[in-house]
Amino acid sequence: MSVFVFAEHKGGSFKKSTFEVVSYAKKIADMAGVELVAGVIGKVSDAEMAQLAQYGANRAMRDQQPDLETFRTRTYADALTQMAENVAANVIVFSDNFMGRGIAPRMSVKLKAALATSVVDVPKSVSPMTVKRKSFSGKAFSIVKANTPVSILSLVPNAFGVVEKPAAGFATTDFASKLRASDLAVQVEAAETVAGTMPVSEAEILVSAGRGLKSPDNWGMIEEMSQLLGPGCTTCCSRPVSDLGWRPHHEHVGQTGHVVAPNLYFAIGISGAIQHLAGVSGSKVIVAINTDPEAPFFKAADYGIVGDAFEVVPKLNKALKDFMSKQ
Amino acid sequence: MMKVLVCISQVPDTTSKVRFKEGNTQFDTADIQYVMGPYDELALTRILEVRDAGTPMEITVVNVGDASTENTIRKAVAVGANHAVRIDAKPTDAFYVASQLAAFAKGQGFDLIVTGKEASDYNGNQVGEMLAELLDIPSISNASHIEVKGGKVVVEREMGGGKETVIAPTPFMVAGQKGFAIEPRIPAMRGIMQARKTPIKVVPAVPAEHLLTVESYELPPAKSGCKFVPKDQVDELVRLLHEEAKVL
Repeated sequence: MSVFVFAEHKGGSFKKSTFEVVSYAKKIADMAGVELVAGVIGKVSDAEMAQLAQYGANRAMRDQQPDLETFRTRTYADALTQMAENVAANVIVFSDNFMGRGIAPRMSVKLKAALATSVVDVPKSVSPMTVKRKSFSGKAFSIVKANTPVSILSLVPNAFGVVEKPAAGFATTDFASKLRASDLAVQVEAAETVAGTMPVSEAEILVSAGRGLKSPDNWGMIEEMSQLLGPGCTTCCSRPVSDLGWRPHHEHVGQTGHVVAPNLYFAIGISGAIQHLAGVSGSKVIVAINTDPEAPFFKAADYGIVGDAFEVVPKLNKALKDFMSKQ
Repeated sequence: MMKVLVCISQVPDTTSKVRFKEGNTQFDTADIQYVMGPYDELALTRILEVRDAGTPMEITVVNVGDASTENTIRKAVAVGANHAVRIDAKPTDAFYVASQLAAFAKGQGFDLIVTGKEASDYNGNQVGEMLAELLDIPSISNASHIEVKGGKVVVEREMGGGKETVIAPTPFMVAGQKGFAIEPRIPAMRGIMQARKTPIKVVPAVPAEHLLTVESYELPPAKSGCKFVPKDQVDELVRLLHEEAKVL
């Protein structure tokens, strides 16, 4: 019996969302009174692996076969299933992101294990697994129960937070899973990295702007604000803005774009259509800045400034700059 | 000729107010308008675009649902799908739905299976990958673009601050997300007439397990009210975010 967590890395370094999901998995392992095993795919140094112990991993398994360098959903699911079976996992935990969303449903089928995605809280019960998840695109939550002895959860980034809980005696075992050659036909033809960009779904702080900005040329102050708020922050936008082509589609937040749950969400010049509000309802704190005191966003916000973005945002940027320089 | 299966769901319109009944154990369907799942609609639209751009395709659209979903299925035909299938089952958990789709698709030689990343009501983000696993074919979910070149599928995916273009032989499954297509297609009158004449093939459900059950629903807690800060006191806002909300 164990809890098994997929510890994702990027170019050999673990991400913050990985430490968060390890922290969360540790909490479940403690509830169940079992050990926590982390599964790692790809080239990660022993020193980096040891970081997983800080957040409670008792041990880790690492598969470094060259065929795993490219992310192929089926191959990764094959490898992680073999690891999870090897440690007799009864709970398997992923971060609710690109990789997790691809791999977890396949493992659900392979292991006949109920899968709850978009999980936002610690389980109410581990056996049977009962847990709260987002549904209706942010408009509601559901409490779901697994009808199977093994369950899989994927945790919404920022829903639990990173919690240090050092485990003693951590060790990494190298593991060579049996892979099928046929998947190698799926190949990456081209790759481009956008250096230093935090994905919208994982950001801790989001600076979001809408049609109130009037033109794509006015995003400079929004980007400046995002930079002032640090590497955990990125920019995003409302649907009309991405539909107009002012901003790229991957920045669209709302019911049919990203459903987000940052610690802090700035809504600048966005009126607050029901579809947009649904997409941001998981945010811990919302600040709305709008010229219209009747804008629906103020009903969903914790803090509000009634005023013109072109007047308020530059002042706010200056205040943030002063504040950050004192931290 | 490429044989394509597009799996669509039917969901409450995105403007719907969500309410529950029977002690928050059931979704209240009163006054709810149903539409094709927005991501499924984008997936279908993109496939039609690829076909129109010159890849010969035979497109079958399939839905798991009761007879009330037939208008949604007809809309898919009206915009250009060749065949329509309804699997007569109540779509409950993702594994059950994927099992129905797999039982239908097995042995029919679909080269490409396409769907939206998730239904916008239960947001499982599971059915596409589960179906691919049940059919034992490779896949990409949350894809942002697809093309067909020389019989191979070319897919773009955005993963954690980067973008990759992946090329894969068929059979393959792709689940599309935002950006897969830009605007959904609006059916033309000719398409609507055509859709009326196209029979929807009804397939009986197969026995399958329910791995996950919804016990109850909750609405998000109401906000306690917005604290307004005068526009010339932005320092005060920064102070509140730091000291009161503790998010800076």
